[in-house]
Amino acid sequence: MAQDREHGLEQAMGRMLQIGVTVAALVVLAGGILYLLQSGGSKPDYGHFVSASPAVTTVSGIVSGAMHMDARGVIGFGILLLIATPICRVIFGVVGFAMLRDRLYTAVSAAVLIILLYSFVARR
Amino acid sequence: MNVLDFSLALFVTSLLAGFLGAMTGLGGGVVIVPALCLLFKVDLHYALGASLVSVIATSSGAAAAYVREGFSNIRIGMFLEVATTLGALLGAYLTAKVSGNWIGVIFGLVLLYSAWMSVHKLDDQPRSSKADALALRLNLRGSYPVNGGREEYVAEHVPAAFGIMFGAGTLSGLLGIGSGAVKVLAMDSAMKLPFKVSTTTSNFMIGVTAAASAGIYLSRGYILPSLSMPVMLGVLVGSLVGARVLAHTQVKTIRVAFVVVIVALGVEMIYNGITGRL
Repeated sequence: MAQDREHGLEQAMGRMLQIGVTVAALVVLAGGILYLLQSGGSKPDYGHFVSASPAVTTVSGIVSGAMHMDARGVIGFGILLLIATPICRVIFGVVGFAMLRDRLYTAVSAAVLIILLYSFVARR
Repeated sequence: MNVLDFSLALFVTSLLAGFLGAMTGLGGGVVIVPALCLLFKVDLHYALGASLVSVIATSSGAAAAYVREGFSNIRIGMFLEVATTLGALLGAYLTAKVSGNWIGVIFGLVLLYSAWMSVHKLDDQPRSSKADALALRLNLRGSYPVNGGREEYVAEHVPAAFGIMFGAGTLSGLLGIGSGAVKVLAMDSAMKLPFKVSTTTSNFMIGVTAAASAGIYLSRGYILPSLSMPVMLGVLVGSLVGARVLAHTQVKTIRVAFVVVIVALGVEMIYNGITGRL
């Protein structure tokens, strides 16, 4: 029985990853088409690093750009969905191991989740 | 070059990288950074950002299939992710402290190591007969499908594997790659897991490891949407096609060709780093 439920957790994780990547890729593609339509002319200079605006470096900036159908905002939103996919997988782990009454691995998954969330809170 | 041509050129290059990466099991990410820096003259930090995004996409896409087939061990993966994510935080932090030239040299060495690893194919290691007490306490065990049945295994040398994984995470955060070759080393050579379990569990972990550096990369402005878009889509499509083709082709010649490319890029990254051009 325990093996069946563990198999269920694996299936759920697999499906979640698949859906997450597909949706993220479609959003990036939509933003990409928008970007190619909106921006004509010569390519931006990528040869030198310049500090970017909050519109592409913060979650709120990206989301508000996407709401205004700004191409970079839409692509950025797709990338955020992509980054969220493995994070969701870890959340599945916390919940799934808790349901399997595996305290050790609920704690291990929670530790990974805390490290991931910390990386978004700790700027730089 | 106008925006459309540039994006198309990036897409095709990434498609090829993803395709070859999947066919050879080396992953496309490992050639994206040198290709962007050396061929497209993109700043190293933007290249790291675009590569990291493509790494998350391909590993999550492939992991979806492996997890459902029952090869990946999610407990071992989750346990070792504690080490890789901590390492990734350190690595991503270091990208702002270490000079681009040093990153180039380290990158070149990792490329050469990956090439060596792929030629010097790892095989299932002989396992010791005594069960590892720590591994049993942490439940680092499992079974995997072999010829219709399932074979049991227990991990060994847990602290060593944990340490190597921290290093793999650091390289992932510093270089914007999945560092699958180092992860496989920890699970195959240290933990003595079956080869198929090592490679698929490594793949399973890559997305989470990369996600830990992604937050830091994003806030520093390394992830440019317009540059990441063609790279991510190209690598993703290329790797999906590569995985399909892999099922029914002999890959010896392709593998050799790709290894030659990797060695050439590795040498050039080291040369550019030493001469201070990155």
